[in-house]
Amino acid sequence: MAQINLLQAVNSAIDTAMGADERVICLGEDVGKFGGVFRATSDLQDKYGEARCFNTPITEQGIVGFSIGLAAQGSVPVAEIQFADYIFPAFDQIVNEAAKFRYRSGDQFNCGGLTIRAPYGGGISGGLYHSQSPEAYFCHTPGLKVVIPSTAYQAKGLLLAAIRDPDPVIFFEPKAIYRAEVGEVPETDYVLPLGVAEIMSEGCDITLVGWGAQMHQLHRAAKMAAKDGISCEVIDLRTLLPWDVDTVAQSVEKTGRLIISHEAPRTGGFAGEVSATIQECCFLSLEAPILRITGMDTPFPLVFEKEYMPDYLKLYEAIKASVNF
Amino acid sequence: MAKFDSTVGTLRFTEATDLSIPTLSILDSEGELRKGAKSPVIDKDTALKIYRDMTYIRALDERMISAQRQGRLSFYMTCTGEEAAVVGSIAGFTDRDMIMAQYREQAALRYRGFTSEQFMNQLLSNDLDLGKGRQMPVHYGSRALNYMTISSTLATQIPQAAGYAYGQKLSGNDACTVCYFGDGAASEGDFHAGLNMAAVLECPVVFVVRNNGYAISTPSSEQFAGDGIAPRGIGYGIKTIRVDGNDILAVYAAGVAARKLAIDSSGPVMIETMSYRLGAHSTSDDPASYRNAEEEKLWAEKDPILRMRKWLLGKGWWSDQQDHQLIAHYKKEILDALKAQEKRPSPSLNGLITDVYQTPPRHLQQQYVELQQHIDKYPDHYLANPANSDRAHPSSSVQFT
Repeated sequence: MAQINLLQAVNSAIDTAMGADERVICLGEDVGKFGGVFRATSDLQDKYGEARCFNTPITEQGIVGFSIGLAAQGSVPVAEIQFADYIFPAFDQIVNEAAKFRYRSGDQFNCGGLTIRAPYGGGISGGLYHSQSPEAYFCHTPGLKVVIPSTAYQAKGLLLAAIRDPDPVIFFEPKAIYRAEVGEVPETDYVLPLGVAEIMSEGCDITLVGWGAQMHQLHRAAKMAAKDGISCEVIDLRTLLPWDVDTVAQSVEKTGRLIISHEAPRTGGFAGEVSATIQECCFLSLEAPILRITGMDTPFPLVFEKEYMPDYLKLYEAIKASVNF
Repeated sequence: MAKFDSTVGTLRFTEATDLSIPTLSILDSEGELRKGAKSPVIDKDTALKIYRDMTYIRALDERMISAQRQGRLSFYMTCTGEEAAVVGSIAGFTDRDMIMAQYREQAALRYRGFTSEQFMNQLLSNDLDLGKGRQMPVHYGSRALNYMTISSTLATQIPQAAGYAYGQKLSGNDACTVCYFGDGAASEGDFHAGLNMAAVLECPVVFVVRNNGYAISTPSSEQFAGDGIAPRGIGYGIKTIRVDGNDILAVYAAGVAARKLAIDSSGPVMIETMSYRLGAHSTSDDPASYRNAEEEKLWAEKDPILRMRKWLLGKGWWSDQQDHQLIAHYKKEILDALKAQEKRPSPSLNGLITDVYQTPPRHLQQQYVELQQHIDKYPDHYLANPANSDRAHPSSSVQFT
């Protein structure tokens, strides 16, 4: 099995999907000959031709609207939004169109073949507009699925699953670890199930939940806590909508403590949803308040990015606070 | 691709009026061919089908406006005044071609064969509504008739139509997409996104812009400063024609030619139909508050159905007697359908959670169970809702005591 990085795993997934099904099309700004600004679609135009891998004009609402039409007609579009920060012009097409296409037609039409990929998150000195984590906006929309991988292996398996899923999927890619995250990834075709979390490491004192690039911070904090004799169970949600309540609830039943962490601002963030659900179903098992370690309720900063980020030190302090509550 | 290789030594700005776009007009107000105008080839059967469908929609619209006033449905929108623009254009296409419309193009759906019962099922949100009672009246859709389900969101269908047409081209199935919208929708970002993508990616889509003078209460003069919408098509590199939207032969000729162009040249085409929304925007507004009666009267005299009737009478293809009979027949058919379909029950309650996803995920199923348990406690409250009193029925999966 080859060692490849998360970005190469994304490329491998699209390549695999395009090779297996000629209806799969990839499109977006600069995705053609250039292979995308991050090179996620490298070599695909050469391999599959300009009709199936092509540049679009700079219009996110156009890219998504066009892709919805493609999917409704029977194609399987994999649309790239260059940065998740730029997905908002397409918000109407995603929220009012893609998400409701099947429902509003009484299942006469659907755009389930649609996958929207977008690199998200901080850690690259990108400031306000190259750093955001907009997952919560989309998790508030019935009809969408929202998926975020944290490893190269996950990236390929989850993206292939997203492309083949019968519902529209938004696939956020942690660009900060595109190249840093390296792992063994099969060259063959495989899928990982959507809506299923992954227990990354088992523990008994406290449950740590996250997704995407934030998993690295959770792992690091868990290692620090282990030196203090605190055993953390680290769970990667992988799919945020619909999310795997059972895996998290079973873990919290065991540990009695929960920390949820994301880069996005706290208010209205997805940690609030996880927290509310877990307190509903695990109330009598909780030994401490559920904590959210997140970005601040500010625009994403530039020079103070390090201070803003919910890093392993903030997590480590939260773990101790929860255990000592 | 533009070459930008024409240079001049004199400074001069190009005026919006420099691009003078003519309006194709074939029939005069008396239903006679204009001097020098060339009639499209059209056989008697096609002409009569077009005329019947225009007449049908006029009858349907009149009846449903009354029904809305009587409280028998919540909302309605008419096509009145624009029947020729819609039926004339769609008659130039084949049934394989996908229609992606705005919300005022029920006449195109009728042309494809939508029945009175089907119209009523949607308008009344009953158990036979193809959309399962999920959308407000006039949001029709029919997979069988290649009529994409309408969405209230304005102009969103425009980039979608470009994508749909691109898929049709890849499939090589000799079909294209017809995309309808109004002059107001052309102010939305999706219009510009869709036209540009259709042109750049060479999508076989025909955009039919119904320029009807108003967007709800806003007149065209407050909607755009340019010469209508047609120059925008040209600006995006799209072959464009402007036609008299009340002239059935002009619209039909443009529709036939546009389809051929879209398929043969594998690229987008735009038709701007110049017409007038004779009715209100919807049953929720009164045009008397934003436009004058004289203007309406002027346009009523240009009624596209009247003009086509004169042409048909002149050709000897139609008679006044046939006309009276047809209108009476449609009025009865529509009223009968209304009476019959409004007796039907509501769709099943589980339609609340189906089709959100292909398969309802667990959290939705749980929410549905919670709802069922709650309804079980207060069945009278939910089933006795006055709006549902004569139509509500328990779904098979919900136990009502």
